[in-house]
Amino acid sequence: MTSDHITVDHAADIDRQVRVYVVVFVALLALTLVTVAVSYLDLPPAMAIAVALLVATVKGSLVACYFMHLISEKKLIYVVLVITAIKFVALLALPAVTHSNGFWIDE
Amino acid sequence: MEIPYTFEVRRDTGLTNGKIGLWLFLASEVMLFGALFASYILIRTGAPNWPRGDTILNVPLATFNTIVLISSSVTMVMAWASLVRGSFATFRIYMGATILLGFVFLVVKYFEYSHKFHDGLYPSTNNFLAIYFTLTGLHMLHVAGGMALNAWFWGPGAKLWKTNPVWFTNRVEHSGLFWHFVDLVWIFLFPTLYLL
Repeated sequence: MTSDHITVDHAADIDRQVRVYVVVFVALLALTLVTVAVSYLDLPPAMAIAVALLVATVKGSLVACYFMHLISEKKLIYVVLVITAIKFVALLALPAVTHSNGFWIDE
Repeated sequence: MEIPYTFEVRRDTGLTNGKIGLWLFLASEVMLFGALFASYILIRTGAPNWPRGDTILNVPLATFNTIVLISSSVTMVMAWASLVRGSFATFRIYMGATILLGFVFLVVKYFEYSHKFHDGLYPSTNNFLAIYFTLTGLHMLHVAGGMALNAWFWGPGAKLWKTNPVWFTNRVEHSGLFWHFVDLVWIFLFPTLYLL
């Protein structure tokens, strides 16, 4: 067995990581309360959507970077994710495109 | 023939096959949920009016469920960290907690669903409820799937720990990647459906 097949193999490293997990957990809880609190402010819809998605993106990034270890992952995983991200954006943009030119939707 | 690179890393990728396979699977999952999110945007922007989620759905219950799923992500990653530390007993506790929290999530969702049905609100009632039930229903299937996988590693699958602890630790990490993804999807579903 080589020493590099587990990303963390030193007790000190994993202790440090566990402390990071706890900090991320507290941040996620706080951001959840922020999302709910903001929804009670009755912001204009565009503003409300922007804030909610921004907070969700920050939370999602925390989960992906720390719990899913993307902060220190191998290059091939990043390549897969960049390709996925491009296709995901295209997928989400599709409704916007169809909507703006009225090609598929009768307005 | 044995599957190669289950616990030893490939020199060129620096990864085990399991991990790259799991990430490719998650990429396909992103597109699956992405298609439904795109449908949601299309239906919502095309609708003459759209209800705010909190006028129909129960925000306190969903907030509680958000906290439950976030907590389960922490217990999941702690289960993996316990194996890295070599402590199987601690792994069992954290993995058990993860499964239990998943179960709590499903029970809360059951009450939410049955309350809607009781009020005569079905997927066929309107477009909002149709997309709500589709997205949360698919997500619930993922929670159930993740729980089944975690239960396997908590129970019979844990035999691998005795013969090949590194492979078992990797498997738990990969199971965790799926579980965190399910948490991540909920992080976006919650504000989209309940708060906007």
